[in-house]
Amino acid sequence: MSKSYKRKGLESVWDKWGWIFVSLMMAGVILFIFYPIVYSLYLSTFSTRGFLKTFVGFGNYTKLFRDTYFILSLKNILTILVIQVPIMLFLALIFATLLNDPKVKFKAIYRTALFLPAVTSLVAYTVIFRVMFSNDGLVNRVLMTIGLIKEPIRWLLDPFWAKVTLIIALTWRWTGYNMMFYLAGLQNIPIEVYEAAEIDGATKTVQFFKITIPLLKPIILFTTITSTIGTLQLFDEPMNLAAGVVTGSSVGPGNSLLTPSVYIYNVCFKYSPNFGYASAISYIIVIIAAVLAIIQFKVAGEKE
Amino acid sequence: MNNLKNLWENYNLGTVLLNSAKISLFVVVFSIVVSSMAGYGFEIYASKSRNRVYSALLLTMMIPFAALMVPLFRLMYFFNLIDSHWGVILPMIPSVFLTFFFRQSFKQYPKEIIMAARVDGANELRIFFSIVLPSMKSSYAAAAIYAFMTSWNAYLWPLVIIQSEQNKTIVLMISSIASGYTPDFGVVMMAVVIATLPMLVVFFALQKQFVQGVLGSVKQ
Repeated sequence: MSKSYKRKGLESVWDKWGWIFVSLMMAGVILFIFYPIVYSLYLSTFSTRGFLKTFVGFGNYTKLFRDTYFILSLKNILTILVIQVPIMLFLALIFATLLNDPKVKFKAIYRTALFLPAVTSLVAYTVIFRVMFSNDGLVNRVLMTIGLIKEPIRWLLDPFWAKVTLIIALTWRWTGYNMMFYLAGLQNIPIEVYEAAEIDGATKTVQFFKITIPLLKPIILFTTITSTIGTLQLFDEPMNLAAGVVTGSSVGPGNSLLTPSVYIYNVCFKYSPNFGYASAISYIIVIIAAVLAIIQFKVAGEKE
Repeated sequence: MNNLKNLWENYNLGTVLLNSAKISLFVVVFSIVVSSMAGYGFEIYASKSRNRVYSALLLTMMIPFAALMVPLFRLMYFFNLIDSHWGVILPMIPSVFLTFFFRQSFKQYPKEIIMAARVDGANELRIFFSIVLPSMKSSYAAAAIYAFMTSWNAYLWPLVIIQSEQNKTIVLMISSIASGYTPDFGVVMMAVVIATLPMLVVFFALQKQFVQGVLGSVKQ
């Protein structure tokens, strides 16, 4: 735009209008994102109990390393992250590849069916999963009828199975969402590339690993980073999957579904509120998110 | 049907649905106006300094919401907006994702039309609101669905801000009925269906625009 309007004076006019158009958004972002980021950092150096505020410097951060609940929440979230994200993204890639095949019929129906879970409310689907995965729920009954298991699996009452349930729920909800990004990327790959590979005798599996994955690398990186950040923020699902299952003070059996976000919420609004400590937890999560993103960039070998 | 009656009589279903509708309506209208203006500003009047601001904006998408929650809560306390719907609505208006989405969409807008309007002496704001905006219907439809989805389904932030029963949203209601010790799952399922129905109707009505919008914004 600016190139075609190099006449003197116009540049500054466009600059003014540019700022006018972005100003409302910037005001919102400064107030509701930038200011909270800075204030959170400041607050994390204080221990707060109600109106009492004592400066503790890095005290909150050193306290975190001795906080068994916090460490447990980190362990939980990293376990879920390492298992769930790769499974989901691989599934999404496979679905996208299948749906991109020109020979497949009723594509729109499959695409809608796979994407539909992404439209549902996190709370609503989690509640349904809780019912389905209860001891006498649909899942156990089906598994027993087809003879896969002899006695009901204690899905939500056992720490291990609770995590499995959460992983299944997350995969159901988000696979279609990620698939959409891959589909968009696949449509940019000319069909001739695959036809040429076919003539050279490459099987579908070879095509998938040698053409699809390398060409989709930027989008795979994008979905990996967004899924990682999404997982680090997990709140709605563990809260509602765990609710009422054991006691009010434990998130899932033996706190197996305790995530950092849930812990932050508990520190702020459930126990005696300590906003300073909660801010310190938030900052650790931000740092973990940033470090993981950098690692993912490095692994993908993207130079930006 | 008994479940529906129970929901209506014992759980204020009507009020709760109205609350959700009110919050979503305001979020959708304000956030698509604000973020489409920003997307337009960043794309049509691109400059070096604004591109830097844009990059900083995109980086904030990396920050988990939980990290902003505490200061936001204090901010809302300062504005006296705890337990009010505006307290829920305001922070949901500036959407970085939608700004990104609109900027991508405006890349495809023919610049000649804007030039022609300028030659005709139209004011920049007028060009945007009466020429550009009406011709981008499918982008706006997709953005509206996205904004509606996020605001209608929001849980954590309303949970923090809303405290009294009569201000609750449908999602909060479902969560609180379901987390009781012996929840009546018939009632819960009824509430889930009622909460999901508007989403499905909107999604199926505007599905084409939505899918194209999502695909288009990634394609570049």
